[in-house]
Amino acid sequence: MIINHPILGPRDAAEFTYLGDASLLNRPDWQAKDAAEQFYEYLYLRDNVAGVHRELWYHEQGDRSWLLVTRNTLTHEISKVELASDVARAGGNSK
Amino acid sequence: MRFSGFKVIKEALMGHKGWGPQWRNPEPKPHYDIIIIGGGGHGLATAYYLAKEFGQKNIAVLEKGWIGGGNVGRNTTIIRSNYLLDGNEPFYEFSLKLWEGLEQDFNYNAMVSQRGILNLVHSDGQRDAFIRRGNGMILNGADAEYLTAEQIRAECPFLNFDDARFPIKGGLAQRRGGTVRHDAVAWGYARGADQHGVDIIQNCEVTGLRIENGVCKGVETSRGFIGANKVGSCVAGSSSRIMAHANIRLPIESHVLQAFVSEGLKPVIPGVITFGAGHFYVSQSDKGGLVFGGDLDGYNTYAQRGNLPTVEDVCESGMAIMPMIGRARLLRMWGGVMDMSMDGSPIIDKTHIDGLYFNGGWCYGGFKATPASGWCYAHLLAKDEPHEVATAYRLDRFQRGHLIDEKGMGAQPNLH
Repeated sequence: MIINHPILGPRDAAEFTYLGDASLLNRPDWQAKDAAEQFYEYLYLRDNVAGVHRELWYHEQGDRSWLLVTRNTLTHEISKVELASDVARAGGNSK
Repeated sequence: MRFSGFKVIKEALMGHKGWGPQWRNPEPKPHYDIIIIGGGGHGLATAYYLAKEFGQKNIAVLEKGWIGGGNVGRNTTIIRSNYLLDGNEPFYEFSLKLWEGLEQDFNYNAMVSQRGILNLVHSDGQRDAFIRRGNGMILNGADAEYLTAEQIRAECPFLNFDDARFPIKGGLAQRRGGTVRHDAVAWGYARGADQHGVDIIQNCEVTGLRIENGVCKGVETSRGFIGANKVGSCVAGSSSRIMAHANIRLPIESHVLQAFVSEGLKPVIPGVITFGAGHFYVSQSDKGGLVFGGDLDGYNTYAQRGNLPTVEDVCESGMAIMPMIGRARLLRMWGGVMDMSMDGSPIIDKTHIDGLYFNGGWCYGGFKATPASGWCYAHLLAKDEPHEVATAYRLDRFQRGHLIDEKGMGAQPNLH
């Protein structure tokens, strides 16, 4: 697979390390009343979709940026690549 | 019809006209006592043991494709019980004991071959860890034997003992481990289940679960609604897709694991051998092909095919321990989709929905578990309580903190 890095252009997926579902960007509030339940779901449960999947890749053998890749898990087709930091900021995270 | 030497001779004299299909191809009935979703090794074994050992009648196995087309025909055919943790080892030893009696039990030649498995050791720390694992196996009634490099050299002189980076210092052997003809396992269980009255319904895809007031009433399928008192999902690889029909999110990701077969060679490898420094395991089939595999590709996927970097990595690992295979040509390769769980161990449990049961999360160790998985799932479905060797495989163990993390990798499925 080729991942079209927003800064570096097309790069071989072998340069990256895979983390998993992009929902990992949305860390629950540790002060919430049901924080234990939320963290259990955050850490262990996955939608694991068959189809379009938003996921985190780390460019370990490159510029060490985190990317948010939108990829189809049935065909391996990549439709969108963003910097994870951009997505996190747009979602209201401070960093 | 029973298979026997007498029957083979009789058929030889009668022009082989007496062989019939091994199982029926029935139309689905409107209602069953128990429906198993998934006609793979585990689902067929479950149905077989439900009918034979637990006295259940009126059982159906629903299969989306055909019998033997999924992961039961896509693995590297290895059986073993060399686990460390108390939650796992009794279960896998139970499975290995069932393998030992399986062919007589279901009267089918599954080519169970206890040719032994050898896990190579490349460092002092790894030696200590493997001896500890061997002790754990012995404590749970399995066999384990630590071999020195000299002992291994006598059995497997072709290994790369003096590699500068990963010298072979010894190995943990389990002599009762080995290989089985995987297709015959599916066929044997299918035939056995069918003989005990189980309806095996192929080309019947489950498209929904009918759940009313917290009770599962049956399944919607491509061939219409089929009612049931109990529904058991047994579709490792696609578990999340089936359980999504019940709005259940699982501690599972689906990943692809590739496997490979070389061209046929004269007998060169005596048993199953695994590389301790990279991830590589190899055996030689009775036809002569080297059957081997390595790591997952590492990303979520439902495609039954992988990518080339993993192929390169697996072949490099193979070359690192047995350079002689460099001259062999790769004949075939394929991928299977794995339920990778969050601790690397499986799940056999009820769900919070009455009448809905779950079996999955087998990571890439499902084949060796086939008989015990079937037996324990049948026990759960028939008696509504877990079998004694499967009590740790609870669905809620992640929430309770009782993980069975054999490799100590944490909640990162692609590392288990």
